[in-house]
Amino acid sequence: MSDLFSTLFLASLVSGGVLVAVPLVFAGVGEAISERAGVLNVGLEGMMLMGAFGAFATAISLGSIWIGLLVGGLVGMATSLLMVVLCVRLNANQIVIGIAITIGAEGVTALLHSANYSDTYPRLPRAEVLDVPLLSRIPVLGDGLFSHHASAYLALLLVVLASWVLRSTGLGLNIKAAGDQPHALAAAGGNPRTTRTMAVMTTGFLAGVGGAHIALIGAGLFVPAVTHGAGFIAIVLAMLARGRFGWIVSGAILIGVSLSLTTAFQLVGVDVPIDAVQMLPFIMILVVLSVFGRGSYLPAALAVPYDPESR
Amino acid sequence: MTRAASSSGAGSVESAPEVGIGPDHRLRASVNSILMAVLPVVAAVICGGVLLALLGRDPVSFYSNVVGHGLLGSLGRQESLIRMAPLLCIAAGLMIAFPAGIWNLGTDGQFVVAGVVVAALGPELAPNTNGLVLFTVLFVVGFAVGAAWSIIPAVMKAWFGMNEIITTLMTIFLGLSFASLLVKEFFDDPSTTVPQTKVLAVEDRLPRMFGSRVHIGLVVGLVAVLAVHYMMTRTAFGLRLRIVGMNPAAAEHAGMNMRSLTLSIFLLSSGFAGLAAAVEIAGVHGMVRAEWNPAFGFAVVPLVFLARFHGPSVILFVGAFAMFSIGGESASRKADLPNFFVLVMVALMLIFLAISEFLQARSRNVVTHE
Repeated sequence: MSDLFSTLFLASLVSGGVLVAVPLVFAGVGEAISERAGVLNVGLEGMMLMGAFGAFATAISLGSIWIGLLVGGLVGMATSLLMVVLCVRLNANQIVIGIAITIGAEGVTALLHSANYSDTYPRLPRAEVLDVPLLSRIPVLGDGLFSHHASAYLALLLVVLASWVLRSTGLGLNIKAAGDQPHALAAAGGNPRTTRTMAVMTTGFLAGVGGAHIALIGAGLFVPAVTHGAGFIAIVLAMLARGRFGWIVSGAILIGVSLSLTTAFQLVGVDVPIDAVQMLPFIMILVVLSVFGRGSYLPAALAVPYDPESR
Repeated sequence: MTRAASSSGAGSVESAPEVGIGPDHRLRASVNSILMAVLPVVAAVICGGVLLALLGRDPVSFYSNVVGHGLLGSLGRQESLIRMAPLLCIAAGLMIAFPAGIWNLGTDGQFVVAGVVVAALGPELAPNTNGLVLFTVLFVVGFAVGAAWSIIPAVMKAWFGMNEIITTLMTIFLGLSFASLLVKEFFDDPSTTVPQTKVLAVEDRLPRMFGSRVHIGLVVGLVAVLAVHYMMTRTAFGLRLRIVGMNPAAAEHAGMNMRSLTLSIFLLSSGFAGLAAAVEIAGVHGMVRAEWNPAFGFAVVPLVFLARFHGPSVILFVGAFAMFSIGGESASRKADLPNFFVLVMVALMLIFLAISEFLQARSRNVVTHE
């Protein structure tokens, strides 16, 4: 009995945790890139929703998860152009436009959903998983950790790639300069607006992929507000991580595991107060923040529009 | 550093067109600012109409249904006025926080937690207390619980400079779960099948006005917004808050106690979110179900910006939004659309507001460069 309990419980916990964590990693890395470039993207949730819908519509009609993920990213990127034009080019307030994008996307995707799917509520087949050879056969944890849709491993690759770009390339230096000292970047011959534009579009793409992951692989369907606040959690993770991408991954897994604790407990027939469990990750984050957060660092020009004439 | 960031954000929205002095300029400035408020709305209505047409609906009949039910129909108008009450209270709180450069985005959490406590307390007190005492207690408790739910972000901002956007967003998630936990584990009414608190009897709820269904919560909301408007524009305390928002470094240099100011901004602004919940529970629902979250806070944030923190304009925008939500519900039902259309409209207004602000700033630049 206790054997069955622990195996089933742990497997469901880990695999559910990773499933929740993957979209948080995509969106969180995107947000971190945008923040390093000085643009606080509160519209992340909206970009995820748009990506989720675009991806779902594509996957339903073409039957391909991969094309769905790609289209999701492109739709997210298209949504981010609104932020590029209004916040990077016209210097509008980033928080106001971010909220506008989020609530607007919530409305638009719900309307599109009702126009197309509200009678049929189509569902996608379960996404195929990729078993990592050998590792997925590790008893107890192997299946939960190494048997996922291939995009989960792409998320990890993305983390490595993004930290390398930021740490060791000229592009990364430009991005950090655009967030810390945009005027210095301009003086050195760079263009803060171009850099920020690229950063915001990258964020839009990654948020779109994250939203697509939720709809295609996590839920297998689209309903209004299917992302369920994941965008806001990703914002929190990105701000907490302060550019260290490993933290985004650990934070995402912490939250993913806490959220899937409920399902895991139900699976083995243990009754726990769901709500108390769901509070845990945020309480832990707050404790971590108050103990270690004193020297917290955010880019100096975060949420400050770059205006070449205002020097 | 985050302070500087948020302040410049809030400041840029607030900057009023004060080009010259004299009656002529002042007239032009006020015509300008009315145009600035109306143009985004008109543009949003047109864009929304195009979207409706694309969805195969008749925009004219949709909009006339909105106005017909939400404003002209007697039942709908009362619904709109009832909806305004909590929105106005939340707006009053944000009118304190945003001009002071504090991004309190956590009002939905503060609202829900306060709502549960008020809903649990109401039916316990009601049988042995008279109305005035009952409502005073519920309002004070609502305000206090709302304020208490922002203590962690407040302390972390005031002492460690921790960005309040992260912390207040987290207190939403915490608050929603905590409120559900309270309903299910502590205040659950055993006589019902769904988890919910005991119901405040209809005769114990907020009194209604003028023989209509509109309860006095509307007056509370109106007074709150106007009082905050007065405080921010006419008192030394309000001036201090605006200085903190515009230039925190200067405020500190001038010897202001930043910690206690930050703390009071947080507590006041989230207290009003708690008051909003008390008004909504004591006036409309009388109880709270688990997972209750009307998400009023996120709806109000953009409205306060559209109104540029100006009290009377806030009332206008909140009224228009309430009318549009209530009328939109009915119009959407008739047009067989989900009720999300209102969200699209608010988003469009914000986007056009940003564009009109940019155009205005540019024309001002042209004037100064001449």
